[in-house]
Amino acid sequence: MIEIENLRLDFSSFCLDDICLDVKESEFFILLGPTGAGKTLILEAITGTGPVHGGTIRVGGRDITSLPPEKRGIGIVYQDYALFPHLSVMENITYGLRYHSNSSTDSRRWVEELMMKLGIRHIADRSITHLSGGEKQRIALARALSVHPSVLLLDEPLSALDPNFRAEIREVLKKLHKEMGITFLMVTHDFSEALFLGERTAILNHGKIEQMGSVKDVFSRPKTPFVAEFVGMKNVLPAVFEGTSARVGDLVFDIGNMKNEGRSFIAIRAEDILIRKERIAEGDTNVFACRIMNVADLGVLQEVSIKCGSTIFTAILSKGDLLYLDLSESRDVYMAVRNSAIHLL
Amino acid sequence: MNPFFSARGYYKENKLNVYGMKKKIGKDPWFFITLFCSVTVVTFILFPLIEMVTQPSLQDLKDTAGDTDVLRSIWLSIYTSGLAAVISFIIGTPFAYLLARKNFFGKKVVESIIDLPIMIPHPVVGIAILGLAGKNHWLGQFMQSIGIHIMGTVTGIVTVLTFVGLPFYVNTVKTGFEAIPVRLENVSRSLGASMSGTFLRVTFPLAWRSMLVGMIMCCARAISEFGAVVIVAYHPMIAPVMIYERFTAYGLRYSQPVAVWLIFVCLALFILLRIVSPVKEKSGD
Repeated sequence: MIEIENLRLDFSSFCLDDICLDVKESEFFILLGPTGAGKTLILEAITGTGPVHGGTIRVGGRDITSLPPEKRGIGIVYQDYALFPHLSVMENITYGLRYHSNSSTDSRRWVEELMMKLGIRHIADRSITHLSGGEKQRIALARALSVHPSVLLLDEPLSALDPNFRAEIREVLKKLHKEMGITFLMVTHDFSEALFLGERTAILNHGKIEQMGSVKDVFSRPKTPFVAEFVGMKNVLPAVFEGTSARVGDLVFDIGNMKNEGRSFIAIRAEDILIRKERIAEGDTNVFACRIMNVADLGVLQEVSIKCGSTIFTAILSKGDLLYLDLSESRDVYMAVRNSAIHLL
Repeated sequence: MNPFFSARGYYKENKLNVYGMKKKIGKDPWFFITLFCSVTVVTFILFPLIEMVTQPSLQDLKDTAGDTDVLRSIWLSIYTSGLAAVISFIIGTPFAYLLARKNFFGKKVVESIIDLPIMIPHPVVGIAILGLAGKNHWLGQFMQSIGIHIMGTVTGIVTVLTFVGLPFYVNTVKTGFEAIPVRLENVSRSLGASMSGTFLRVTFPLAWRSMLVGMIMCCARAISEFGAVVIVAYHPMIAPVMIYERFTAYGLRYSQPVAVWLIFVCLALFILLRIVSPVKEKSGD
């Protein structure tokens, strides 16, 4: 549906080079990356409101690279809602109808339906100034969808919302995508949003795509240290591979028969590191003696830093486990990692 | 404790502030410096004007108000300034929009050029315009051939007033445009509106106040112009030229009543400016 080929954007302080993206029809695609990675620039290139210095952008097979924004048929919803402050809720939602050739009764019916779907029918005549963030974002969604865009772009639509509205709008987005069947392309820096909403994702860092694939795949098999850290792998460590083992500092991990050519890091999720008081030797488990350096209370979960030899690992435990194991700083314990929990990068 | 105990009374009695600490009785020297300077500034502006306004007798003011020459000159001042503001609105608005929205090579130079009319001595403005519109310049010859005369005409006055007033309009409106998030325009275009449609339906409704303020600023600046006008068009006489003429020909007593009327007009204009100035709306979040 959206094909971006060799997109290039040059700015004096920043450049995006050779960006290739392929978003399929009716897909919920997530463009992920930290602040300053260039996500919004790609979005602006697609909507036609930002510059493009090279490459082509096709939507539905049509080359739109040099079309003005109003001819592209692409809807956009911004983080700060960007509602027209001088118009009422209804006037905001119906703003674009006059530019599209549907009969006015069809359009009205469609707007009514959208407002019902989004639960904003009762505020149609209000001014937009004193509405909640959640209501404003629903209005922005209704406004963008009112003109039947072929693609809906979402620029960090959940970031400015209070946590309770965030969960609510997240559900709304999921439901809308399912019911309407149009292509959604969302930009965010929060991987948990991608896990909840997205089907496929691309991870952007310093103007380059580090990895692209299904969200589950990227989550479970990150290919670069940056992606591993971005998807929440706390332990990304440089390693030297020799046959079926990986040497990290003075520790040697057994990695079984995993292919290790060209790899130079291992990554282990914090939740995959088990802490035991006794050495439990199982065939496929690496066990090391270690010492607890620090326990950070994260509420329900506890983040435990442990030192094995000269390397520090981070493990996550529930509060119950922590009490049960009677763990505290400076205690000597054992750390166990199954072979299958070790990722090679 | 006393059942009629009132916290406010307690605080007041013991000279405590809201934190329950003793109030500082003595004031900082900064307070006196600010007070002194503020009074000086206001007096400096008001004293000469009040003196001038109160010196002419009511009879003089009444007579002047009945003098058709005076009325004509004040009216000419108002309507030429108003025309300058309208012209600034027409040609200055798209330009201010460009300056607010686009970055281009040499933008700083263009912005400085806009401010030039504010810095140049007023007679120089008059001389510059006259040099261009005179018989010795091709532009002057061309304009005269199609019937446009600058020297000693209302057209000349309006030209000069637009020249000196335009920077005030452009700068005010540019700031107004900058305050409108560009995302609103982006959304409008993504919904199908062209650039001009977006300007009319989004940008203009959000910026009209700053345009109005810009026009009043331009008008106010134009109404006070003397040095440039007197070179380009001594006649027909705008109010400042008439005041100057009455002063040189008849003295203070005859020039003052005209000046008083002009001041009243300017004052009314500026009160209007304060009333329509944009008030920042408090946002809900």
